[in-house]
Formats: sequence, C-alpha cells, structure tokens
Amino acid sequence: MSPRAAALAAADAPRDRDGAMPATGLPRVLATASSGPGLVAHLAAHGALPAFSATRRAEHPLVDLVEQSGLTGRGGAGFPTARKLAAVARARGDTVVVANATEAEPVSAKDKVLCRLAPHLVLDGVQLAAEAVGATRAVLVAHPTVSGVLGAAIAERARHGLGGVRPEIVDAATHFVAGEESAVVNWVDHGRSVPTGSRHRPHERGVGGRPTLVNNVETLAHLALVARHGAAWFRALGTETEPGTLLVTARGAVANPGVYEAAIGSRVDDVVGAAGGHVATPLAYLVGGYFGTWIGTEGREVAFSRQGLAPLGASVGAGLLLAVPTSCCGVVETARLARYLAGQSAGQCGPCVFGLRAIADEVGLLARRELASDGTARLRRWLGEVDGRGACAHPDGVARLVRSALAVFDDEVQRHVNRRCSAPRPEQSALGLPVT
Amino acid sequence: MSPATRAGAAASPGGRRRPVLRVDPIACDGRGICAELLPELVTLDDWGFPVVDGRPVPRELARLARRAVAACPTLALRLEHEHEHEHELS
Ligand SMILES: Cc1cc2nc3c(=O)[nH]c(=O)nc-3n(C[C@H](O)[C@H](O)[C@H](O)COP(=O)(O)O)c2cc1C
Ligand code: SF4
Ligand code: SF4
Repeated sequence: MSPRAAALAAADAPRDRDGAMPATGLPRVLATASSGPGLVAHLAAHGALPAFSATRRAEHPLVDLVEQSGLTGRGGAGFPTARKLAAVARARGDTVVVANATEAEPVSAKDKVLCRLAPHLVLDGVQLAAEAVGATRAVLVAHPTVSGVLGAAIAERARHGLGGVRPEIVDAATHFVAGEESAVVNWVDHGRSVPTGSRHRPHERGVGGRPTLVNNVETLAHLALVARHGAAWFRALGTETEPGTLLVTARGAVANPGVYEAAIGSRVDDVVGAAGGHVATPLAYLVGGYFGTWIGTEGREVAFSRQGLAPLGASVGAGLLLAVPTSCCGVVETARLARYLAGQSAGQCGPCVFGLRAIADEVGLLARRELASDGTARLRRWLGEVDGRGACAHPDGVARLVRSALAVFDDEVQRHVNRRCSAPRPEQSALGLPVT
Repeated sequence: MSPATRAGAAASPGGRRRPVLRVDPIACDGRGICAELLPELVTLDDWGFPVVDGRPVPRELARLARRAVAACPTLALRLEHEHEHEHELS
C-alpha cells in the first residue's frame, strides 16, 4: 500500500496575497503535497528562510522563538524542542545536528511521506537548527526509501547556492530499535545500530563525542515554519498545551489508509474521517505505534493528543492510529505484536531478550486458548519485571502495550482463559504483520 | 518510580549523599554473583538477571555493596551518585 497524503482540513484554503499560507490554513508541513518536492514549489509555498542575527550562539533568537511556539518533539517522546536546542547551543566546542528519519516501525509512514513531499522543509529545519546550535556538522539519518529524494534536494540547494552546513546523508538501519537516539548516534559513528545505554544523552555526548541535537524530521519541518511565521502563527492551530499540527499515519480498517496532517486536538473520529471513515465496525484502536497502547471505541470522542489520550493511558507517540475491526481478535492481534516486538530486541540486555520472549510466549498461549487456568497472573508479574530494565525503552514499550491489551480486551482475555474466543475471524489481522 | 529513585541519591542525616546501586543491563551477563553477595538489595528475576533496590544504599550495607560491586565480573554493577547519572535536560 502506498501511503497517501492529504490534509485533514481543506487543502484548497485561500492563500493570501504573497502566496504565503493563510494564518490558520491546513496543511502546513504538507503544503507542497500537490505541487511537488522541488525547490521552486517549496519557495512558492513557504517563502525564503528568514535570516537571523545572533551575537553569541547561546543567544540565538530562534531558541526563544521555538520556546514561545511550544513546539514539542514528533519522534515519540514529545520533548520540548527549545530545551534541547538551548542545551546544545550552551555546550562548548563543536556541535552536531542529527535529523532522525529512521522511521523503522513498519506501519509508520509519516516521516517517509514528509521527506518525499517536503524535503526542502526538512532541510530548512536542519539548516536552522544547525545555525541555532552552531553546528559544524549535520547528518540526516534516513530510511533507505527516502535517502534518494533527500540527497537530490541537498544537491538542488547547493546548485542554487543556498547556504548553511551541507548535510550528510546516512542510510538508516531498519530494524525496530534503530531509530532510538543512542542507536542512531552509534550507527553514524560506528555502524552499529543498537542503543548504547550510555549515561550521557546525545546533547551531552553524541556524534563523535560532541554535543549533538537529535530531532525527528517532522519536528524540524515545524521548526522551519515557526522560524518563518512566528510563535503566534504556530499556536493558531492546536491546543494551548500542544500547539500546532501533527502528522498521523492512519491505517487498519479505514477507507483511505495514509498520512494526514491534523491540528492537534482533532478527535480520533476526525482523523478516521479524514482517512475516509471506517470500512468495518471498529473493535479498538492501536495508537502511538506497535509500541503504543490499545484504546477501546470510547476513545473515538477524545482528542488525538497527549492530553486527550492520557486519561486512557495512551499517547500519540509517533502519530500512528490503527483501527482494528470487530472481525479480528484483540488478544490474537496482541500476540502477533508481542512476538514481533520480542524478535526486535537488539539482543543486548537479559531482561529484554529473555523477558520479552517469555511474555510473547505467554500471550501466544493465551491467544491459542492454551494458558493454564491460573490465568494471567504470571504474565502480569513479568510485565512489571521487564519495565525499565533495558538500556533503552524497548521493554517498557512492550510492557505498556500488553498491559493495555489486558485492560481493553479484559472480557476477551477471560474468554480465552476459558478456552473460548468471540471473534469471527481471529486469523485475520489489521496490523500488517505476518499472521502466525 | 519512588521519589528516592528519581532523586538518585539522598542526603543522609549527616548531610553526605548516599549512593544507589545500578546495573548496566548491556554489560550484565546474569550470573547473579551480586544477588548471592547482597541479597538484601539484589534479587534475581525469573531469567536470572538482577533486580536492584533503587533506593539509596543504607549505611550499614555500604561495605557489602562495595564488595558486590568489586566482585561483579563484567563491571555491570555500579554505585552511583546523583551527579553521575544526572542527565536530565535542565
Ligand atoms: C525503540 C525506539 C525507537 C525509536 N525510533 C525512532 C524513529 O524511528 N524516529 C525518531 O525520530 N525517533 C525515534 N525514537 C525516539 C528517539 O529516541 C528520539 O527521542 C527522537 O528522535 C528525538 O526527536 P524529537 O525530540 O524531535 O522527537 C525511538 C525511540 C525508541 C525508544
Ligand atoms: S533494552 Fe532491548 S532493545 Fe533496548 S538496548 Fe537492551 S536489548 Fe536492545
Ligand atoms: S554480578 Fe554483575 S554480571 Fe553478575 S548478575 Fe550481578 S550485575 Fe550482572
């Protein structure tokens, strides 16, 4: 399936005289979706990059602007972007910027679609971030399917004499944990795409041992618009605590699976609507990613935002929304996810290697209705035991996912313990994973 | 996470900070020497890997904790003070 891009709100909203985007228009980062990825279309849609003047790099005006905008990371953790910028800008010596377009999660497409449709906006973000932190090196770690388009865009900028540090492109490794920031740094430096568990975060000691700003490419694209249009413009969409728009990969039992740009605060149902609506009655949604959280259909009414999803114990993560239809079994789907994720352990930490395998086996027994009659007590204990015990958050993500399944599908879990299953087609999967 | 774990180390009544035990999960090979030497603060999970008590090491166990750290064959077990693992962004 090729991801389709569209905007949640009307893409043909009127433009103002300069051809710049209207104050509240959508799409923002996907504004060039229909005009193509070239530099001319990019400049026509967004205008040129503003020039900033800074006396010292620790006082670069962009840091303040980003602070006022309230921009947060779109790579999964939602960390305030200005705080990272400031930490690296304050550091001594040479610094590095890494743009993370790894997007190794197999169902997620938003970063690839962004790089394909708006490579120059991403590169603007890289250029600005490098300027703000005084970086002498910029590295784009990109999923191999989009490194070509990004490379072409870099060459096009060079031909037009656009300034800034020329970014290097590194093809990303594509296994699940390869996009974790210490794994990305490790990959760039040593060609090893596993997390390091280092006590030093990249902003202290990253690529080549230098203070390194690691940001998701969507974060950088938003940053490039904040630099042009300002904080108030950025805040005209989104909510007070989560301003702006976000890219959502909408998949599963929806009519038009694809990538959509939504104002943060749009309801889950609005996002499903943008993706053409349900094609089957939904059983539940997987939000955030494979490493995300299950929410029941009562979640349709909540905002697809950190704040909206928090009461359901979920978060937007890297912007995945996957609708699972009632023909599927939530327990069986979770068993597939657990098996896949256990296999994606980077194989370094005992609790991750052995714990996730044991958890996947146990959920597998439950899915096959073969779990011993003492039910899920041991599984629940193991979920607690792996939490926080790896060098990266991989085990925590798996524990959260399985825990949410036990809560959202509790009736079905009980049925499975009693050797029954209510799904008409449990062999079907909406997850895009091999059916085991 | 308990507040004590988050703080990483706590001031003892005398004002000195007491360290916490940590395991580097990549280095640890799970042979469990630490749990044998220091069962008060280290237990093993179902797969033989150590689960350490995240609270500051009580003074009366400090010597035993140092001995367990020294005995770890992979240097995975450490005693850390707050500043050593303070990497939160300010
Ligand atoms: C297992 C794992 C996989 C991750 N994969 C990605 C990824 O593919 N792309 C990404 O941008 N961030 C990924 N992250 C998050 C990064 O570690 C990091 O937080 C992010 O790149 C920071 O950018 P941001 O502040 O702009 O969100 C992953 C994290 C974990 C724990
Ligand atoms: S927790 Fe798992 S995925 Fe993360 S570094 Fe350790 S073994 Fe690798
Ligand atoms: S002694 Fe060291 S290597 Fe052995 S289990 Fe304890 S921490 Fe791990």
